[in-house]
Amino acid sequence: MTNRIKDAFEKKQKNLLNIYFTAGYPRLHDTVPLIKALSEAGADLIEIGMPFSDPLADGPVIQASSTVALANGMNLRVLFEQLKGIRESVPETPILLMGYLNPVMQFGVDNFCREAAAAGADGIILPDLPLDDYVAEYQDIFRRHNLRPVFLITPQTAPERIRRIDELTDSFLYLVSGPGTTGGANTQAEGVQEAYFQRIEAMNLRNPRLIGFGIGDKASFQNACQYAEGAIIGSALIRALEGVDDAPAAAKRFVSSVLA
Amino acid sequence: MKPTYQQPTERGYYGQFGGAFIPEMLYPNVEELRQQYLSIMAEPEFQQEYQQLLRDYVGRPTPLFEAKRLSAKYNTRIYLKREDLCHTGAHKVNNTVGQILLAKRLGKTRIIAETGAGQHGVATATVCALMGMECIVYMGEIDMERQKPNVYRMRLLGAEVRAAMSGSRTLKDATNEAIRDWISNPVDTHYIIGSVVGPHPYPDLVARLQAVISEEMRKQLLEKTGSELPNYVVACVGGGSNAAGAFYHFLEEPSVQLVAVEAAGHGVHSGHSAATSVLGTPGVIHGSRTLLMQDEDGQITEPYSISAGLDYPGIGPLHAFLADSKRARFISIEDEQALKAVAECSRLEGIIPALETAHALAALDQLGAGPDDVVVINLSGRGDKDLETYIKYADAIM
Repeated sequence: MTNRIKDAFEKKQKNLLNIYFTAGYPRLHDTVPLIKALSEAGADLIEIGMPFSDPLADGPVIQASSTVALANGMNLRVLFEQLKGIRESVPETPILLMGYLNPVMQFGVDNFCREAAAAGADGIILPDLPLDDYVAEYQDIFRRHNLRPVFLITPQTAPERIRRIDELTDSFLYLVSGPGTTGGANTQAEGVQEAYFQRIEAMNLRNPRLIGFGIGDKASFQNACQYAEGAIIGSALIRALEGVDDAPAAAKRFVSSVLA
Repeated sequence: MKPTYQQPTERGYYGQFGGAFIPEMLYPNVEELRQQYLSIMAEPEFQQEYQQLLRDYVGRPTPLFEAKRLSAKYNTRIYLKREDLCHTGAHKVNNTVGQILLAKRLGKTRIIAETGAGQHGVATATVCALMGMECIVYMGEIDMERQKPNVYRMRLLGAEVRAAMSGSRTLKDATNEAIRDWISNPVDTHYIIGSVVGPHPYPDLVARLQAVISEEMRKQLLEKTGSELPNYVVACVGGGSNAAGAFYHFLEEPSVQLVAVEAAGHGVHSGHSAATSVLGTPGVIHGSRTLLMQDEDGQITEPYSISAGLDYPGIGPLHAFLADSKRARFISIEDEQALKAVAECSRLEGIIPALETAHALAALDQLGAGPDDVVVINLSGRGDKDLETYIKYADAIM
C-alpha cells in the first residue's frame, strides 16, 4: 500500500528535514497554521507532538511546551478535530503523530488509529511502546489503517534488535544521536558518534534513517545529513516559537534558517 | 508461566499489570538487569555480603514488639514490626543495600535515585557513602521543603540532591527526572528505584529485597504466638515497598488478611487525595502498566497527601493485582486521621511513627479484628523527619 512517508523518501533521497512541534503550542489553534507554514517553508516531514503530562523521553523544552499545550486545552479529540481537512491544503507532506502510550491507551488503540488515519496521519511514534507489545497488540491495527510505526535506535541498541526493528517497520528508522533526552546538547565525542552512524549504515537496512535529538541549526542538520537521509529537529523550533505573536511566521523563519 | 502473587511472569506481569514500558534509550539497561538480577542475587557471595550488611549495618532482624497498650485500646493482639529501628530510620535501606551490591556486580559507578519523604534518598545516600559511589538524588521541590532534615542528611552523606521543578514538584516528578537522568547516562549509571514500581524487573527486585520483613515476621510470630501466621498484616502503600515486604511471605497464605492502607488526603473524593486503588484506572506510568490516577485523556493527575512518601499517583503492579483480585483489602485514611494516630502511638507505646506509617496505624479501628486475633502492623519508619509537620499541627494532635 502506498504511504506518504515512503513517497517522500523515494522522491528525495538526501537531506530530508523532519520538523517536530507540540500540538496546541504556543496557542491552542496554532496547530494547523503551523503545519501549513512548515510545509511551505520546506519541511519534508512533519511530526506532531501529542502532549503528555509525564513525557519520559523529552527534555525540559518539549516538556514545558506540552504543559502549556495541555493548559491550552489540547487533547486527542481536539487534535483530530483540528486536523480534519488538513490534506486539502497539505496534500503530500507526511504527517506523523508522536507521543506516549498512556493517552493512546485511554483513547483506545483502535479508535486512535482510525481517527489518526482519517485525519491524514501517515505514521506513529510512541517511544514507550515495547516492540513485543507492538507485535502482539498494535501491528494488525496499525496495518489496517495504513499507519507506519517508527521505532528509535540508540548507540546501545544491539545489531539483532536493529534488524528486528528494521523488519517491523516500513517508514524510517529514528536514530537517536547519543545519550540524552530531546533537545540535549550532544555530549558524544564526534568520533564515537560517527562510528555509530557508520556501523548502522554498513548494516544495509531496508529503511532509510533520520537522525534526531540534539539537532538544532543549519550546521548540525548538515552534519547529520552526512550520515543519514536526513534529520529531525524539535526543541530548537519550540524555542523559536516561545513568546512570539505570529507562530507560523516564526516557524517559517526557523526552517529557512536551517535550509538556507 | 502463570503468575502467582509472589512471582510475575518472565516479562514482569502480575495478571494484566506490570511489564516494561520504556523508551529504547533505557532498553539495554533494563534488559541487562532483567537477565541478571535473579542469578546475581542467588550467588552465595552476594547472599553472604547482603546478609552480613543486613545484620551488622542495618541492624536486622528488627524486633517484633507486642504493643500491649494499643492492643488494650483496640481489644486485639497488636504487634509492631519495628522497621523504624533500621539504620537510617525506615525499611528503605533493606532495598538499597541489596541494590548497591547488584550495581557493583553490574560494573556501575554512579547511582541515581528518586525520593518523596526522603527516606529512600537517605538510604541510597547511605549505601553510596558506604561503597564510595557517586550519588545523585532527585526530589520534588515541595518535598524538599517539607522534609528538610532528610535533605540535609543526604547532603551530609555526600549525595547531591537535585530539585524536580516540574508538575506537582513531588515524588512523581522526581521519578520523571531520575528516569531522564538514566536516559542521559545509560552506561555507567544504576537507578536504585525505591519502591515496587517502574519497569520489570524493578517491582519484583524490590519486593524480593524487602521480603526479609515478612520472612522475619514468620519466625518471630512462631516464637511469640505459637503460629507463623497472623490474622492480619497491615501496611501503608504509596508505591508500596514496605507493604510488599510485609506481605511477601504471606501472599500465598489465604488465611492471612492483607490490608493495604492508602492516603486519602482531604478525603478520597475531595480532589486532594492519593487513594489510587479507589480513584485509579489501568494505565502506564513510569514504565509499568498499573492502576494510576488519571483524567479521561490519560493525563496523570496530581496526587495529594500530607505525607510526602504516599504522595504518588500510582501503586506498584503487584498491589494493583492484589487490589484487582481482592487478595488484599484496601483502606483509605485521611490526613487528620493519620495525625491522630501519630499522637496515639506516641503516647501509648512511646514510639513516634513516620507520617506514612501513621496511615497504617489509623486503620486499626476499621479492621474488625477480635480479641484473639493477631494483627501485625509494619512500622515502616520513624517520625523524626516529620517533626516540623507535627509541630505545625501540635494543637490539633496533642
